[in-house]
Amino acid sequence: MKIAVCISQVPDTATRIKIGADHKSIDPSGVTFIINPYDEFAIEEALKTKEKIGGDSVVYVISVGDDSVKETLRKALAMGADEAILFKDSNQKDSFGIAKALSEEIKTLGCELVFTGKQSVDYDSGITGQLIAEMLGYNCVSVVVDFKLDGNKIIAEREIEGGREVVETELPAVITAQKGLNEPRYASLKGIMAAKKKTILEKPATDFNGFTEILDMHLPPSKQPGRILGTDKSAVPELVRLLREEAKVI
Amino acid sequence: MAEKILAILEQREGSLKKVSFEAASVAVNLANQLGLSAEAVVVGSEINNLSELSKFGISKLTHLKHEQLNNYSPTAYSDAIASFAKESGAKVLVFPNTAMGVDLAPRVAVKLNSGIVMDCMKLEVKENDIVATRPVYAGKALIDLKLNSDIKIFTIRPNVFKPQTVNSTSVDIDVRTVENPNLKTRVTAFKKSEGKLDVAEADIIVSGGRGMKGPENFHLIEELAEVLGAAVGASRAVVDAGWRPHREQVGQTGKTVSPSLYIACGISGAIQHLAGMSSSKYIVAINKDKDAPIFNVADYGIAGDVFEILPALTEEIKKLKS
Repeated sequence: MKIAVCISQVPDTATRIKIGADHKSIDPSGVTFIINPYDEFAIEEALKTKEKIGGDSVVYVISVGDDSVKETLRKALAMGADEAILFKDSNQKDSFGIAKALSEEIKTLGCELVFTGKQSVDYDSGITGQLIAEMLGYNCVSVVVDFKLDGNKIIAEREIEGGREVVETELPAVITAQKGLNEPRYASLKGIMAAKKKTILEKPATDFNGFTEILDMHLPPSKQPGRILGTDKSAVPELVRLLREEAKVI
Repeated sequence: MAEKILAILEQREGSLKKVSFEAASVAVNLANQLGLSAEAVVVGSEINNLSELSKFGISKLTHLKHEQLNNYSPTAYSDAIASFAKESGAKVLVFPNTAMGVDLAPRVAVKLNSGIVMDCMKLEVKENDIVATRPVYAGKALIDLKLNSDIKIFTIRPNVFKPQTVNSTSVDIDVRTVENPNLKTRVTAFKKSEGKLDVAEADIIVSGGRGMKGPENFHLIEELAEVLGAAVGASRAVVDAGWRPHREQVGQTGKTVSPSLYIACGISGAIQHLAGMSSSKYIVAINKDKDAPIFNVADYGIAGDVFEILPALTEEIKKLKS
């Protein structure tokens, strides 16, 4: 079976965000970029599935971005993915545009099973997987914490408010990975060496730019540091009074 | 036919959720500013509280009904909503940004070839167009954006848009049977987790961090949450340490929340945690280190021992509530 994993590269979550000169994106100087944390669970699940099915299964990792994304693709190769494809586009910010490029490639490759992170921790929309599925007419289960594939049949558990939904569907399908789905493996030294030798296939991006127009990016209004009411439990009655009378939240 | 704004309501187990009224109210508000009409649509089986909608100024609700659609089915729900939206000529669709909304809205967007903006915290009408503001990088930055598609979809973050009640008379409910729902993907069971409330929906959150010193001390957090009717949250450090389940994690790789009140206990305030909760309306920090970054975003703080302060706070609130 052919399995695709769609991954993205994001600023490290410890990054302090600075707004770029265009006021429409972040200033990337000094930012460390990492593989989107949720995509690591997606890669791991794809590799586990390949190992389980065996035979001549192939895992493709696909991303949209500039040359710097190659490093992230190599990380996926080092973990055990077989092939890597990069759509060269540094400006695509619209999930719709990204999903379009990815879904066309998945179709060309003939992948029946697609994994991706439940959201990418930069634009945080959390919809790329669902968009791809709908564009391809595939089934989809999002925010998955448990995944079982038996022949064509899928039983997955997805996280929702207050619990988990058990979802049944079948291939072809897109699965978006939530933390807790698995423990992503570390790349072995052998894997890292092998990944260095692999070629990353580069393709031009589609000319569809999506539907969104970013007008402005800005920092949230900074909060004034509040009042320290005390250092022990004698401050508790005053805290409760303020929450009730000033904040009116209890 | 006047162009419409459609609020997509969410029901779970036969009841409309609170965020449904927020979506309805947002639709009414936008429609008033744009000179359009606002309607609502819901997919489900029996739903017990539909008449409450009249309070929020929705005059017409379409209930797309089938006995097998009490549980969510991504395929059946998206088919039903997309075909209804097409037929009704809706130009704007407002979904709740819930687990269901995040799953459903993008599918409907593809079917309608419409642009989509997720997790909106503000929707303003400017020059007869809708400008959405949403957080990116887990709230470390905000973007203002608009859509250039013919049909536009927005999802709204729960708890942010307070529903506005109006002196309305009644809501006209049109029940339509969904023929042969497409159940190719369907929910077959729900496993309820322990704990009453989910951080993503709660109006008050009591969160614990490494300062709680161990999972065995989280009963202090749970007791305070109980008296406040709050959800229990956790920092990444304690989730990674296995003290608390991931569903409680607040922050950039957990949930981004905006409750009315967030009480951070023994949380120092790592940047990825602050990103997830600093849009809360009021923040209380309890931490023995007075220099902890959490105090920079807190409205009220007590720079003391959580093990002394938490039980005292629980007692004080109990007194107040009795």
